[in-house]
Amino acid sequence: MQKVSREILVDKAISLLNQGVVKAVFGWRKGEFDYDVTPAVFTTEKDIKENFVFNGFCGANFSKYLVAKTVNFDGKILVFLKSCDTYSFNQLLTEHRFDREKVYAVGIPCDGMADISKVKEIAGDGVSKIDFEGDMMKVTTLYQDEPVEIKLGDVLLERCYNCKSKKHVAYDELIGEDGEVLDSNRFDEVAKLEAMTPDERFAFWQGELSKCLRCNACRDVCPACTCEKCVFDNPNSGVENKAAANSFEEKMFHIIRAFHVAGRCTDCGECSRVCPQNIPLHLLNRKFIKDINQFYGEYQAGEQVGSRAPLVNYTTEDVEPCDVFKGGEENA
Amino acid sequence: MRKCSIDNINDVLKALSEKIPLYLPVDRLDGKATYQKYQEGKVWSNALNTERSAKDFFFPQMENLVEFKTQGKNVEVIDIRDEKQDFIIFGVRACDVKSFEILDRVFLSQPVDTFYKSRREHGIIFSLACSKPNETCFCSVFNIDATAPAGDVTLWKTETEVFFKANTEKGEKILSEIDSLTTECGEETVNEQREKTKKILSKLPLSDLDLTNFGVGKTKALFDSPLWKEMSSTCLGCGTCTFVCPTCQCYDIKEFKVGDKVTRFRCWDSCMYSDFTKMAHGNPRLTQAERFRQRFMHKLVYYPDNNDGLFSCVGCGRCLSKCPISMNIVKVIKRVGGKENE
Ligand code: SF4
Ligand code: SF4
Ligand code: SF4
Ligand code: SF4
Repeated sequence: MQKVSREILVDKAISLLNQGVVKAVFGWRKGEFDYDVTPAVFTTEKDIKENFVFNGFCGANFSKYLVAKTVNFDGKILVFLKSCDTYSFNQLLTEHRFDREKVYAVGIPCDGMADISKVKEIAGDGVSKIDFEGDMMKVTTLYQDEPVEIKLGDVLLERCYNCKSKKHVAYDELIGEDGEVLDSNRFDEVAKLEAMTPDERFAFWQGELSKCLRCNACRDVCPACTCEKCVFDNPNSGVENKAAANSFEEKMFHIIRAFHVAGRCTDCGECSRVCPQNIPLHLLNRKFIKDINQFYGEYQAGEQVGSRAPLVNYTTEDVEPCDVFKGGEENA
Repeated sequence: MRKCSIDNINDVLKALSEKIPLYLPVDRLDGKATYQKYQEGKVWSNALNTERSAKDFFFPQMENLVEFKTQGKNVEVIDIRDEKQDFIIFGVRACDVKSFEILDRVFLSQPVDTFYKSRREHGIIFSLACSKPNETCFCSVFNIDATAPAGDVTLWKTETEVFFKANTEKGEKILSEIDSLTTECGEETVNEQREKTKKILSKLPLSDLDLTNFGVGKTKALFDSPLWKEMSSTCLGCGTCTFVCPTCQCYDIKEFKVGDKVTRFRCWDSCMYSDFTKMAHGNPRLTQAERFRQRFMHKLVYYPDNNDGLFSCVGCGRCLSKCPISMNIVKVIKRVGGKENE
């Protein structure tokens, strides 16, 4: 159960739609089960009443969808944003990727979203029903006589487990009370990787990245990846690749992508959430964030619209490139 | 029918793999099962199914077809084919076994794909009956019997025993080679398990999917449905659904050049991609809605149209659990084929 109930969001959506403030609503649409919620666009009161859901499986971040949906859209679109989503929203605005005037943003509190694969690790296969009660879920399966009780806190998405902020940095209207920026442990795993020898680290990433299917879901969902034509999709770029031809190409895609989003990645966690191969992609991005914090001072992408990211800024206090290199040496 | 104790299954795997390389589902570090080559220490996974499908064995994601070496004006063509060795795939579920039949109709019809054909001829399939289907399974909708899959040998696994039944000559031959490790037995235990599983299958949440509005001749009725646009409106175009699908069969042929060597390879392609079937004039499907429609119409209408009514979905449920936005063929069948579209 989330702090804010489905009913509150449904009422909000319907009233804004009926008042003519917005012409469409981004929301989560109910699926076949309780966990397979689909991000969707709603345009009628009836559809919202029947199919809008809000539960512990609404991880999807709508910010990036605004890029495509606001183009040629006549009127405003309502979007519900969890606190982490608002950072992506701001970052996209910083990059002038959508028209703010076409969006009505409603900030909503979030208690963390669940990862169905973690639920299944505990409850087993055959999950037929999930009921939320407070911060507990009752998971009914085909194979257990009694529902299995699971604490939401035990099955959170990685990014929610390490939530960086409950504060909304962008909204037109906020439902409920705003939260605080949190002290998260999100760099702990990065520190572990840094403590490895280069060979161990290479083996770690080799193992992870060789699982990659090159479906590009990580890129397609990433709010920092909004190039109209990605080089990896462009037959004229010379580097287009639909499958990795060798183990060099396997890593190339990820390294290039990590560099391209460095300083712009808000650590929204969508890439790791959607990867069908469970590759911990967030670790690549967090390494960059950690290094940027260390070398250029604390910086959170998306915190403010229009902020100049350290990597595209120059100040006389900037760290010398040779020191950055030494930073790497120390860790080696 | 023959059987062995579950405690001795490693001896069986070892004996088989000493003759022919054997691949079986093994749990990865993250707990998900994938096919891995058997060697001592690999443990047969208890997972219902593998993350990626078994089509990879016959139609790998990437395969090199031929190499060229250039020297001045000379081009040397180098034959690098290597798909000539026998191999065993152990523990293939009924849905994936059925997918081979669907792929066969594509790759083995004229002009025959000799790479695929050669792999098919060298593959020996040990299928495995299901006893604990998942909520995302709907193979029964396509008349697939999960309790008695086809293949060269069918396996049934209980808590204590593994049962073997040969279905083909290939299967009989290989089973006879491990005769000393198995004993002859009756079919009672297997039949009992089958009955139990059938009851579960009939009660699965997706077992009542209605396909009457799909299949042969349904193109006109479904092609212009407004639901394609609506349902695809948040599709990422990532192609995950096509990559994990055991019956998706589209590929691209490309070249990779290093120095004077050119490798021509083929790799999976996806109808969900913006450059899919790109031709001189551009891409025939300009919007994601058209690409999305292609995937489902192909599975549910075009393929049946060309293949005696056979659907090219086997209900394995992989696209249900893997799509980042939880959009999938079941939702399409229910909405596009349902009342909303009448
Ligand atoms: S989502 Fe995962 S499998 Fe797909 S391209 Fe990204 S890392 Fe690879
Ligand atoms: S790289 Fe990953 S964490 Fe960073 S913005 Fe993109 S999807 Fe979010
Ligand atoms: S349906 Fe899902 S898995 Fe398939 S391309 Fe769209 S978002 Fe990706
Ligand atoms: S469409 Fe989905 S359920 Fe059907 S065979 Fe492909 S992956 Fe499996």
